[in-house]
Amino acid sequence: MTGKMAIIGSGDNILAFKAGGVDAFTVSSPEKARETLRKLAKEYAVIFITDSFCRELSAYLKRFNETAYPIIIPVPDGEGDLGMELLRSAMESALGVDILFGREDK
Amino acid sequence: MARLNVNPTRMELKKLKQRLSTAKRGHKLLKDKSDEMIRRFSVIIKENKRLREQAKLMLSDALKEFSSARALMGEAETENAFNMPSTQLALDLQTESIMNVLVPKINVQETKRDGMPYSYALVTSEADYSVKKITEAISVLVQLAVVEKKVQMLAEEIVRNKRRVNALEYIMIPQLEETIKYITSKLGENERGALTRLMKVKSMINERQE
Repeated sequence: MTGKMAIIGSGDNILAFKAGGVDAFTVSSPEKARETLRKLAKEYAVIFITDSFCRELSAYLKRFNETAYPIIIPVPDGEGDLGMELLRSAMESALGVDILFGREDK
Repeated sequence: MARLNVNPTRMELKKLKQRLSTAKRGHKLLKDKSDEMIRRFSVIIKENKRLREQAKLMLSDALKEFSSARALMGEAETENAFNMPSTQLALDLQTESIMNVLVPKINVQETKRDGMPYSYALVTSEADYSVKKITEAISVLVQLAVVEKKVQMLAEEIVRNKRRVNALEYIMIPQLEETIKYITSKLGENERGALTRLMKVKSMINERQE
């Protein structure tokens, strides 16, 4: 089985992804992003979403954790690092301790 | 701990003992599963962290290049340069099973084209670099995507499993033990009651015969 990739974001920067064979979808608001995502989820295997939208939609994105595909991950867009936050919260809920970032906090 | 609402009979006792041994075995198995999942999880999150840092660097690099390319070229040329993919990344989607959790696994097949998919005359060198970098960044991003999904799915499974282990350990098993104890003592009491009654009857009969 082969799959396609898509990116959902707000800025023009995501157009750069087209060069790598990723379909880019520019949306203006989180609601639109959500709608686009719902359509894309059936068709694409890997969907990138810029951090800021991902944060808004985090509750909605949880439902995709049940199945292997589609994979939806945040890509950094300059503000904060949502991917690391998600990683951290997953780790804390699973292990109860922080084994990656512990040193940075002290 | 509340005991189960059952009749104190031998049959119930036998059933409960069976259930207790099953529960104990299940508890042990789930605990082992949990240990192994946590071990694998800790390996994967380290990988995830490494990939994310790498992807972030590559991406910001590529996007910097992209914005300078845009600044140096006209709108139409930029569109031309970036609309055609220079490398086609074919994703071969598979799933693999980690501790019975079906996680994605993607083989990335890169089919490179010779040179760039646009005319060099109109496009600046910044765009060339940018296109190249973004392609590299995307293949790292795909790997990252797979690992990240694994982390999320495993984390969820670990939490679910933990809940099962706890339910067995702190609710199910104590309840069963309590009920078994109750039935055993009740049966013992009945037996002692029957015994004293027999002794009493015997002594009454003896008295009457004398």
